[in-house]
Amino acid sequence: MRLALLSDIHGNIQALDACLAHARAQQVQRFAFLGDLVGYGANPAEVVERITLLTEEGAIVLKGNHDEMAVHPPATIKTVGDSTASWTHQQLSPLQRLWMDTLPFTHHLETVLLVHASADGPELWRYVYDQRAATASLNAANEWPGVRYVFGGHVHLQTLYYRGATDGLMMFTPQAGVPVPVPKHRQWLATVGSVGQPRDGNPQAMYAVLDTERAQLTFHRVPYDHYSAAAAIRRAGLPEFFAHRLEEGR
Amino acid sequence: MKLLEPGATLDGFTIEECIHSGGMAHIYRVVYADGRPGPGFAMAMKIPRMTAGDGAENIVSFEVECQIMQALHGNSTPRFVAAGDLQHTPYLVMEYVQGHTLQHWLDGPQPVAVDTITQLGVALARSAHALHQQNTVHLDLKPANVLLREDGSAVLLDFGLSCHAHYPDLLAEQLRKAVGSPAWIAPEQVVGVRGDPRSDVFAIGVMLYQLCTGELPFGTPQTAAGLRQRLWVDPTPPRKLRADLPAWLQEVVLRCLEPEAARRYPSAAHLAFDLSHPTQVHVTQRGTNTVGTPFRTHFKRWLKAAGMHYQPSPLPARQLQEVPIVMVAVPHKDVTDATLYSLREAVARALGTRPGARLACVTVISSSQTSASDEDKSETNVHRRYLTALRQWSQPLDHPGHQTSCHVLESGDVAQALLDYARGNHVSVIVMGAATHGLMTQRFVATVPIKVAMDAPCTLILVKQNLPFAQLGSPASLNAAPAKGYSDSDADSAAAPYGDDLGPLG
Repeated sequence: MRLALLSDIHGNIQALDACLAHARAQQVQRFAFLGDLVGYGANPAEVVERITLLTEEGAIVLKGNHDEMAVHPPATIKTVGDSTASWTHQQLSPLQRLWMDTLPFTHHLETVLLVHASADGPELWRYVYDQRAATASLNAANEWPGVRYVFGGHVHLQTLYYRGATDGLMMFTPQAGVPVPVPKHRQWLATVGSVGQPRDGNPQAMYAVLDTERAQLTFHRVPYDHYSAAAAIRRAGLPEFFAHRLEEGR
Repeated sequence: MKLLEPGATLDGFTIEECIHSGGMAHIYRVVYADGRPGPGFAMAMKIPRMTAGDGAENIVSFEVECQIMQALHGNSTPRFVAAGDLQHTPYLVMEYVQGHTLQHWLDGPQPVAVDTITQLGVALARSAHALHQQNTVHLDLKPANVLLREDGSAVLLDFGLSCHAHYPDLLAEQLRKAVGSPAWIAPEQVVGVRGDPRSDVFAIGVMLYQLCTGELPFGTPQTAAGLRQRLWVDPTPPRKLRADLPAWLQEVVLRCLEPEAARRYPSAAHLAFDLSHPTQVHVTQRGTNTVGTPFRTHFKRWLKAAGMHYQPSPLPARQLQEVPIVMVAVPHKDVTDATLYSLREAVARALGTRPGARLACVTVISSSQTSASDEDKSETNVHRRYLTALRQWSQPLDHPGHQTSCHVLESGDVAQALLDYARGNHVSVIVMGAATHGLMTQRFVATVPIKVAMDAPCTLILVKQNLPFAQLGSPASLNAAPAKGYSDSDADSAAAPYGDDLGPLG
């Protein structure tokens, strides 16, 4: 099976549509959305609608910290992330908010465990930025039987962690478009990057495809109309910073 | 896994005979079990002795080899056919290459002739370069892992310790340890650096040293401390062990064996270049020395090496791009000053400011220009004249970080000669004039740049002539304007020398 792994869409419908089209061209059979469907971006309702439709063909959807914030916006604004939460809240229909509130933190699919942040306390939204955090997440994932792969988002970067010659995890920065062999006799953890808000200096959207038969994981970068996405943010009257960020991929 | 008998089948392959039985693996000749014809070449199957259950490094390196073999292409490695499931039936089927390993020459009559050493070295360096261009570093090059085909080309074997920049390095460890064969391993590998193409250049240097002297430059150290020695110790100069060895060859070998990767050839293509152009090797004290490095120097290096530690290296292919071999085709007749000036400017830009790039200035003369009977037109004399002129032209481009060499090719087909040269020497960039000849003949010879452009194995820069206004009108000469520090006042004072006779190149 070819499973598309998309995370951190952040209300960016232009990037989501580009990735969905790209994934369909890769003969992807199933979609998994690893949380943060909304927040920052200008089209949260459209994104949620598109993804709800995909659940009818078996798409897996997880909850991210921004989804939780949009459903229950913070009373006082502490961070830039909080600032868009109440706006997003108003954009979503009551039905959409109800659906988002019921989303799970994790999903276990045979050898694969999906989680928005870290499997080590999924509701705590820990960032998997380094080998140490990745080890904690992978160890926690071993509580689910038969897990060989852990996939998450949250950090907006594409990184693959694997067990090297010793027990500790090694970190690998993948090359976009090159299938990486991920045989099942090892354990792997990957952060699949962000569809709607890349932060590595490249504005192209990120996602990944796991081919379970071939045991290959391919990280992708997809160009999309990020100027339109930025323009939509400006039109919606959201902070300029979020528009500018999409244009530069930072 | 136990030795398989001829006739046994495994996953669709029939075993014919065991051709190698090593400590790590058995290798068999195989054919398809269902009788269908082979893939167009003979096949060999490698089966590791250990299984996944043993959990040893052995099986990891087999995993690495399967992974990398599937990604490689080209003539310098055996072609991949199939790989079995690592957990249940680990095996690797690949092209069976016929030939002798390099060990054959080390075991044969000694000493090995200089010409043979050169040919083997060139083949080895070219194959290593082809591998590096695919973002892979071998990291375990040794005589047993190099196979020479009948036609003289080298095939590299055994990728169990290799590193492909596009894949996670399964052999990397947090506590960096040396992985490789002690006699051939590069100093940076000793401190755990994996992925630097210059590590392979070092291993080739060890093999060249063996071919030259019959001895290993650093012996076969058994301890970690013994391994670390090569971080600061220079080997005994080969000429001390073999007096008839030319200085240029010692220069080449010892440059490969420099403890600091940055002092070695920046790429295997550069090494192949020097080996194929002995007269162009810049021989220093490193090549002429027959005494050995004094204790004081070693001691100073030892202090420096004590602080050496692991540093990640960039993508091999990117590293190669930073040290291009730039070839410039310099016309020798019907050429204007403007063309020569613009060519030199373009070459300076292509070489860049980074050290390590090398420049080959090439001119093609027709065979009719030399004569066996006329002393004045003898090949040596004619070539020398053109070489001198080329050197004068390229002088302003001399830069301590760049190596420059000049070559006169003799051929009736200019474009083909340039293309053959570029292909044979792994040239990364060709620079030539958009029109190489005067306007009168352009109708006929403009096809040279076009022909080169169509078949060029690399980037081609076609230079349009463009000369500062003050220079227009002065006669054409190969030894014309300096490329750098060009200013108005220079132009005025420099006007006189342009009146010189054009010599053989005008």
